[in-house]
Amino acid sequence: MKMIDGYPKYMMESIKLVEKKRERNMSQSVKPLSMKERDEVLRKYHPDYMGNTKRNVRVGVDKGKLLYNGIVDLLEAKSVLNPKDVDLSKIDYDVDLLIVGGGGAGTVASLFAYENGVPKDKILIVTKLRHGDANSMMAQGGIQAADRPEDSPALHYLDIYGGGHFENNPELVRALALDAPKIINWHQGLGVMYDRQEDGEFQELSGGGTCRNRMHSCKDYSGMELMRNIRDKARNLEIPVLEFCPIIEFLMDDKGQVAGGIAFNLETYEYYVIRAKATILATGGSGRLHLSNYPTTNHYGATGDGLIMAYHVGANLRDLDTIQIHPTGDAFPEPIVGILSTEKIRGLGAVPLNKNGDPFVFPMEPRDVESATFIRECRKGNGIVTPTDMPGVWLDSPMIDIIHGKGTIETKLAGEFRKFKRFDIDMTKHPILVYPTLHYQNGGVEINDKCETRIPGLFAAGEVSGGVHGKNRLMGNSLLDYNVFGRRAGIYTAKYVKKAKVGKLTLEHIDKYNKMLERADIKSKKTAPILLPEYRGEMAISRALDIL
Amino acid sequence: MSKKTKNDEQKAGEVEVFIMGKSYKVPAGLTIMKALEYAGYRYIRGCGCRAGFCGACSTIYRLEDEQKLGFDLACQKVVEDKMYLVQLPFVPAAKAEYDIEKLKPTESTILTIYPEIARCVSCNTCTKSCPQDIEVMKYIQMAVRGDIAKCAEISFDCIQCGLCAMRCPADIKHYHVSQLARRLRGKYIDPKSKNLAKRLNEIENKKYDSDVEKLIKMNKKDVIKLYSNRKIETGKTGDLGGD
Repeated sequence: MKMIDGYPKYMMESIKLVEKKRERNMSQSVKPLSMKERDEVLRKYHPDYMGNTKRNVRVGVDKGKLLYNGIVDLLEAKSVLNPKDVDLSKIDYDVDLLIVGGGGAGTVASLFAYENGVPKDKILIVTKLRHGDANSMMAQGGIQAADRPEDSPALHYLDIYGGGHFENNPELVRALALDAPKIINWHQGLGVMYDRQEDGEFQELSGGGTCRNRMHSCKDYSGMELMRNIRDKARNLEIPVLEFCPIIEFLMDDKGQVAGGIAFNLETYEYYVIRAKATILATGGSGRLHLSNYPTTNHYGATGDGLIMAYHVGANLRDLDTIQIHPTGDAFPEPIVGILSTEKIRGLGAVPLNKNGDPFVFPMEPRDVESATFIRECRKGNGIVTPTDMPGVWLDSPMIDIIHGKGTIETKLAGEFRKFKRFDIDMTKHPILVYPTLHYQNGGVEINDKCETRIPGLFAAGEVSGGVHGKNRLMGNSLLDYNVFGRRAGIYTAKYVKKAKVGKLTLEHIDKYNKMLERADIKSKKTAPILLPEYRGEMAISRALDIL
Repeated sequence: MSKKTKNDEQKAGEVEVFIMGKSYKVPAGLTIMKALEYAGYRYIRGCGCRAGFCGACSTIYRLEDEQKLGFDLACQKVVEDKMYLVQLPFVPAAKAEYDIEKLKPTESTILTIYPEIARCVSCNTCTKSCPQDIEVMKYIQMAVRGDIAKCAEISFDCIQCGLCAMRCPADIKHYHVSQLARRLRGKYIDPKSKNLAKRLNEIENKKYDSDVEKLIKMNKKDVIKLYSNRKIETGKTGDLGGD
């Protein structure tokens, strides 16, 4: 296909309309929706409100609960592990603390467990891919903490709680808001290079749903800068890490406690029996399940394994009837479909436009509302359809340099500029094409403010856990979440392992679960957890999306 | 090396790639990462965030009839016709171990921990192999000179893929060196926030505990009212952060 400045001819023709109407679009804007209008568009176009995206799970502790189909599919599948394949009389690793997942939450937990007295050779981080391969590494925007005089942890609390539709666990919200400044201070001590003003104070930005500017950032590589520092500290301490060996099921003991896990070496196909007095689940999110068929911003490993394993031992889940779709995922070119274009682009003044170059929504609606209006516009036939059948709307990025002066995009959006430049698209000259993308798992395994699940011996922290963000997470609170609750998980498990005693090891819970599926007459060809997404063959091409 | 497996014709919109020497036809326009998947590979190593942030998918390639090797990220680079591809599963570069608490940000700190940086022959191969277009050789020169702040600044966008270290004739571990520089700068050179220190003190003295407790105990209707009526700080356009 012949391309003009990175776009096929027919898309360029639509861009011409965008350019023609740019001046008008910059001078007049669409009004924000009323609460009633918001509600209407959400009900009609957001996947959370659609009847066909979710169903009731038929087995287990949450039987009858409404969850996204893709999650129910896996909860109603047999375990990927056949207990007969494992010899529990041979223990490969005997530790005090097993940490499942080597992303942000898991690594932070290991550091605080060590600091609180667990010897490092009694800690084991086990991770599916490399240490640090996680959504934590990918966050662009930043981390919230109420540390300015104009701000207070109580206001942060109110923002989190309102953002979550008042359905969060208040205890967890309190921990998130009150621990936040401590976390920033800890980062300062590690050597995180936060963006600062000339007077040495943090540069703090606002965000959708926050009443004060409290977003601390490190350029548009905030998540990477945090993870690099945290991981470097763990490496200097030589905290043991087992890479490419995901835990595929937990171990239990005859007292009903979680007592470690079974790891599977992805390269040698061996099983390892890991006995532990306490286990922290920190496997992250589930974007790679492509719930409701959305493309995703998430890491390759984000397949929701932790939810499944936790459910198999009887831990309960919450708020998995909602997903966070981010309005501005990339829709073109094909190689970057689903990848995030930061909210900052709209914050700096770029306006969403349809194929005729006309605006159709106030650019700064809350994420769910903004997304729903994009979907509506495309369904009306006003979107632009890419050569791989991906729908999208324009985000008129050149407006930014017109408003703020030449060079703004290249300095303030360096990562974004670099991404599009690779595909011959100059976002300072031409708009970019966007469509909502699956971004965050709002809910997960229920925890309390000590990161305990309802099963003794099993703790959870980070994106895999539920209750912190209720039905919807606000920007900047996920990096905060993994730090606050990773730290707490480390501290409380360090206390816990001093008294914990592990009984006789067993995998009986897996047989029981499989039998429960049979009794419920559920016949699924699937096994779970899935560990890796399937993209071979035609699946490699951006998903033939039936989201329209 | 089997250059052509079958004699079948190449369809329009297809390109031929050689994955570790073996021929496959894949749709044009795919990234190297997706091309390998299209050909039937399922990644264990060599695949991470799929968005250019994690450095897991370092790739070495060469176009047929060319001498030069190319370096890039498989998730970012689009396949070209007659491209020879191999993924780098692991970078065995040694990282120094140190306790950041016990270091001082002096001119010789980095040189003491990574003395091999003095062996830099200024060949610039590191810079040429960087998929992020970072001036790698320049930041190594800054490290040699003891300019920690500058080394940290230039290297900031490093995704630690390790391609620089794999190519360096002097065995410098650039990405580990710059990690140390950034930590030294963040910890010792950048100023500290006074607002934060004050807030920590207030939290220590439980200044906000009762405010938050009140919110927790408040009935839902009143919280919703409080939330709806809260005053939003007016920021300049462009102050918006977030992911």
